[in-house]
Amino acid sequence: MTEWRPSAGLEALRRRAELLGAIRTFFAERGVLEVETPVLSVYGATDPHLDSFCTRYTGPGAAAGRAMYLQTSPEFAMKRLLAAGSGPIYQICKAFRNNEAGRYHNPEFTMLEWYRPGFDYRSLMVEVDDLLRGVLNTPPATLSSYAALFAHHLQIEPHSASIARLRDCAADHGIQVSASLGEDRDGWLTLLWSHLIELHLGGGGRPQIVCDYPVSQAMLARVRPGEPAVAERFEVYIDGVELANGFQELQDSAEQRRRFEENCRLRRMGSMPEMSMDERLLAALAHGLPACSGVAVGLDRLLMLKLGAGELREVLAFPFDRA
Amino acid sequence: MATFSTNEFKSGLKVMLDGDPCAIIENEFVKPGKGQAFNRVKIRNLKTGRVIERTFKSGENLEAADVVDTDMQFLYNDGEFFHFMVPDTYEQFASSPANVGDAAKWLKGQEMCVVTLWNGQPLAVTPPNFVELTVTDTDPGVRGDTSGGGGKPATLETGAVVRVPLFIDIGDVLKVDTRTGEYVSRAKT
Repeated sequence: MTEWRPSAGLEALRRRAELLGAIRTFFAERGVLEVETPVLSVYGATDPHLDSFCTRYTGPGAAAGRAMYLQTSPEFAMKRLLAAGSGPIYQICKAFRNNEAGRYHNPEFTMLEWYRPGFDYRSLMVEVDDLLRGVLNTPPATLSSYAALFAHHLQIEPHSASIARLRDCAADHGIQVSASLGEDRDGWLTLLWSHLIELHLGGGGRPQIVCDYPVSQAMLARVRPGEPAVAERFEVYIDGVELANGFQELQDSAEQRRRFEENCRLRRMGSMPEMSMDERLLAALAHGLPACSGVAVGLDRLLMLKLGAGELREVLAFPFDRA
Repeated sequence: MATFSTNEFKSGLKVMLDGDPCAIIENEFVKPGKGQAFNRVKIRNLKTGRVIERTFKSGENLEAADVVDTDMQFLYNDGEFFHFMVPDTYEQFASSPANVGDAAKWLKGQEMCVVTLWNGQPLAVTPPNFVELTVTDTDPGVRGDTSGGGGKPATLETGAVVRVPLFIDIGDVLKVDTRTGEYVSRAKT
């Protein structure tokens, strides 16, 4: 029989509508402007751990057709608005990530992303906590550094530990992993993180914010020099589920270009499709991005936690296998 | 040889791992928003029956294992091999006691079993969920005791020993659940 029914109950759909309403009220009261930016772009994600969906536009301006990519997040377009002087902005939109499907992943998902000029990332953490307390009724969040969590759970210093040390730690904990991880240091860190640490984060429904990531995982966050230098990046976990990722945003256009180039190098090494770097973002950064922090929250996961559901499909009207 | 990528992993898929045929039991996709994706897999070694956990980098491939489950009738044990036959084709297979494993203690002949073939050779034997076997030895039955409390060991015609209620006697035919090794009832005769 052809499966046409939704996988989420009508109650979940009603709660989703309520959640969206509560979020819009939260930002309206704080004077944050709701915006919309294109879902389709000529640029895809260069990040080697993101796989953009690709489609084709044919028509006026592109008679022979042109590749277009579905956004993996609205980040670049929103930063162009910030550079143009938009002030604080938020967006609720669909994001698309190929190759990601599972209990906590759907290839298309709903993202809430917002930016706060003048906020450092710690102020933004407070605002994220305010939002969670408002819409999820959570107790106040706790804060730990990435390094403190590695030290606490695994007795490892993640900023300096050798690959051999990380590999031994995985073996000591009975994690058998295929050999192809090789010399990918961040791959080993992610392995330990996802198998041994993540599940302990945000237990009992109390949000746990993790901050100050290894520089190699800075993505689009600013790096704070020091011993060790750290990426001013944070994530939020509740009941072991990754819910949000935020940055003290990188403003330096030249540094952003270097990171894009490094992404492209890693993509070539891994025989992944080559992606052009977003020159429009780089031009906006060169023009001047105000000092700001930004964060993205997975709204389907938020709703899942709100309803006590065990997997995303319980809160999606039509998950990917019914789309 | 066919291969399966992590994107094809699902429960029941038969793959080769460390040179042994295995069956995937559980597959979970794990990926941080910004980082390497993994598949955490629970997998059963079909030779040893052991279940292990293994993590794969998403996108990796495993060789397919040529493993098929076939319904076969157990014919007889010649002292060296257990002989099975596919009823439709009369094709016969001989399996070593090691591969028959624990199933042997429930088999007297005629039972329909599932024989797992790897590269055309028997790898494992799953007996029927329920078998009916005659008691060949047990302490004398205690008439009237149907309380089910206590119990005693009883040896069955295949040599298997199961725990039975006190009222069971030599010569009784018992229904036994082979998955748990537990007595179910006296067979209706």
